[in-house]
Amino acid sequence: MQLDYFQLIDRIVSLDLEGKTIMVEAQVPEKHTIFEGHFPGFPIMPGVLLTEAMAQSSGWLLLGLLKFERMPFLAIVKEAKMRGFVSPGQLLTIDAQLEHEGSGFAVTKAKGRVGKELKCSAEITFGLSPFPDPGFRTYMDAMATKIGFPMQAIAQ
Amino acid sequence: MSSTFEQIANIIAETCDIPRDTIKPESHAIDDLGIDSLDFLDIAFAIDKAFGIKMPLEKWTQEVNDGKATTEQYFVLKNLADRIDELVAAKNAGGGAAS
Repeated sequence: MQLDYFQLIDRIVSLDLEGKTIMVEAQVPEKHTIFEGHFPGFPIMPGVLLTEAMAQSSGWLLLGLLKFERMPFLAIVKEAKMRGFVSPGQLLTIDAQLEHEGSGFAVTKAKGRVGKELKCSAEITFGLSPFPDPGFRTYMDAMATKIGFPMQAIAQ
Repeated sequence: MSSTFEQIANIIAETCDIPRDTIKPESHAIDDLGIDSLDFLDIAFAIDKAFGIKMPLEKWTQEVNDGKATTEQYFVLKNLADRIDELVAAKNAGGGAAS
């Protein structure tokens, strides 16, 4: 995770476009100023960041399904549940699956775990829009490479 | 009124926290009920799921923007119920989810 840049996903472990699922890893940093305030003597990942991590995981799944032709923008978060604390240094594994692809929007369900323990879950809705800026698309391509997005999967 | 209208009225009431008895077949989702685009997205998800269709919202919006259709054709609830019935019929005829 690069929390200062809001890049929460480190690696795509698997992407199944047929099954419409993705699994990613996100390494929570050992140290960050966030943990100095959240909370002193008891550092834990803020729930909003766990929610964002689930949203970004879902976003990479949708980018794959959409072949990077549209960008998913976060619109609605439902049933966001923080089921357990996530601490500095822990490896978060997030699974997301497509729940529904509508006209101009998509809905996913995501779950975050540390080991086998379920830590968070949510149902997330995205609006799907053309990339508003070519530089944005270029940036997403670079990010995709960085986190190991299997580009060959969308070429098929 | 059709059961389709009843279903979408119930979905709107639940999704947008609008009293069910204020939702009429003649109600315009935007002008009368004040449903915004984000709430409509939520409603579309619930309708798609309930009827097993994919409402072509982008196509409808484009038609309205191009002046080829009016918002009343798609967003007055009795008309929306008719559009949904058409989509369900097309699906049942083997055409899949119309888009």
